Amino acid sequence: MSDDIILRVENLRKHFIVGRKGLIKREPITVKAVDGVSFNVRRGETFGIVGESGSGKSTIAYITMGMYLPTSGTITFNDRDLFGHGDRRPLDLRKEVQIVFQDPGSSLNPRRTIRQILELPLSIHQPEKDRLTEIIRLLELVDLPPEFMHKYPRQLSGGERQIVAIARALATNPSLVILDEPTSALDVSVQGKVLNLLIRLQRELNLTYMFITHDLSVMRNLASRVAIMYLGRVAEVAEAVHFFESPQHPYTQMLLSSIPVLTEAEEALRPAQIRSTGEIPSPVDLPSGCSFHTRCPQVMDHCRHIDPLMVPIDVTGSDHIVRCHLFEQANGQVSS
Amino acid sequence: MVARETPLLDIRDLSVHFRVYGGVLRVLDRINFHVLQGERVGLVGETGCGKTTTMKTILQVLPTPPAEIPQGEIRFQGQDVMTMSQRELVNMRGQGISMIFQDPTAALNPVFTVGQQLTAVIRHASPENRNLNNSQLRERALEALRQVALADPERLLDSYPIQLSGGMRQRVCIGMALSTRPGLLIADEPGTALDVTIQDQVLRLLQDLVEQQGNSFILITHTLGIVRQMTDRVYVMYAGNMVEVAPTQRLFTNPLHPYTQGLMDAVPRLTGGGISEGIPGRIPDYMNPPSGCRFSGRCPHAMPVCSREKPPVFQIEGPEDESHEVACFLYDEPHKVSNYKAELQPV
Repeated sequence: MSDDIILRVENLRKHFIVGRKGLIKREPITVKAVDGVSFNVRRGETFGIVGESGSGKSTIAYITMGMYLPTSGTITFNDRDLFGHGDRRPLDLRKEVQIVFQDPGSSLNPRRTIRQILELPLSIHQPEKDRLTEIIRLLELVDLPPEFMHKYPRQLSGGERQIVAIARALATNPSLVILDEPTSALDVSVQGKVLNLLIRLQRELNLTYMFITHDLSVMRNLASRVAIMYLGRVAEVAEAVHFFESPQHPYTQMLLSSIPVLTEAEEALRPAQIRSTGEIPSPVDLPSGCSFHTRCPQVMDHCRHIDPLMVPIDVTGSDHIVRCHLFEQANGQVSS
Repeated sequence: MVARETPLLDIRDLSVHFRVYGGVLRVLDRINFHVLQGERVGLVGETGCGKTTTMKTILQVLPTPPAEIPQGEIRFQGQDVMTMSQRELVNMRGQGISMIFQDPTAALNPVFTVGQQLTAVIRHASPENRNLNNSQLRERALEALRQVALADPERLLDSYPIQLSGGMRQRVCIGMALSTRPGLLIADEPGTALDVTIQDQVLRLLQDLVEQQGNSFILITHTLGIVRQMTDRVYVMYAGNMVEVAPTQRLFTNPLHPYTQGLMDAVPRLTGGGISEGIPGRIPDYMNPPSGCRFSGRCPHAMPVCSREKPPVFQIEGPEDESHEVACFLYDEPHKVSNYKAELQPV
């Protein structure tokens, strides 16, 4: 079982100190960007993370990349601790996990040609190989003509730029690629090309994706399993199909009911009994108990005081985990 | 054809060019667009297709130069916008047309309180409002905040935009836009900068208010699902051309223009079914746009004629005298209308 899991995230926390309060004690004001998150990513799958802004989804990506150190908790990659060496992650581990950022306009250096952009990861991670042939191979891999290596990012369209960013991520032959909103900055008519390229690359290169987005419709068509985040915590984890056909957590239902859709068939999938209300609380000042209780239509008294646990439920006959008191009771295990 | 009622806003044959270093960007290319009294109209298109340029031209807020308007006509309430005096323009922007922008953070001034900004808008909305005293203005401002369902409006009036969340800021903008009781409300991507659950709340609020007050309404967006939910009639825009216009329901069940079809196909569905390839190619260069149909280079059905001639607008018969118009040679014969402009404008 263990070798099926490529990335294991356990009880991950990342708290940022954003200021101090009080005259004498100077107690830190912290933002709990990620607050006790656990999940596993299986080899070869597309693991989706959905959440609204401030839910901590990008922070998880950046921690996995090694851009931040976690406050506590562990991430193991192929059973190796990603933070066993502090913030100096060994090269052989670094090359395995790569990332594609949201906005290729700012993730590609405008003063470098595509060739220079692709050369950098090659020179660090594969100094023994011939770089020019490698660059041509990479461009071919993502269906771009080799002449593109002489261009600058501004000479490319938004879609092409993102494809270059994907090629750069693949330059080190990674096995896990983190896709942080890879198509949010693109128009919908261009988005399809990039997403289909990602699907093909995954198949050909046996890649595992951690796919972060706020677009649930994209998630439905791409992810094998989905985790939904709210204010630094995971609310629900399920297989993509079940997630959309029988959402359990009230927040998931609210999110699904809020998506604008194009067809009657899609409308039927949206939970009709629930409507979005309330504001997303400030991550500096999280509500006590379940952080969703301020907006939850099914809120109960103890939701305000007691933080719910992640409980497996058996509605869909597969792995389906929900963090909600409604389901704890059903399973007879109320947390103290 | 049946005589049309006079539209509240009527744009005919409008072109807008931008003179820039190295040439002329021919952005809007002879577009026609109208909004009837009380009608909710959607304007859909992707980045850079000219949606916002169209709206800025209506409000006459495009900087000229570099912009120039070589031809066309814009009438609001029967009056020619382009010959209006400065005073008439100010009144039109106050009482006639209000606008809600995509990013409420940029639309509100960070150094004035919500109350200061709101009362300023109300005071300058019409000549008679200039005589309101401070407590009357404050009352009107409170009323504007109450109608957008903001809790504790008294305290909000003295808050700065930075103290509010994104959703609250956009509500303030909506309240501000409606506080002048405009005949026409233009919303430019009103939910795009917000999270999906908050966007849903803001859009439903906007929809309810427009319904209650009976404003005419233009919704500009690139999200097709939002247009489907909130409008009666939709214009589809591509590279500075209006390529298709139809009643909303009809457009979504029976899109005719290859671009509209491609766009709808490209949207991933909640029901699954995979990701479509999207539309190949990219939007043409406005400096040297194709002389024929601007979509011809990306169109899966392109014919030789498409790259030679600009397609005229064809009227397609609907079930109940609904007007469905599409600018595409595929719909030539037997529906061809030889002189579309003459038909729209009986002289």
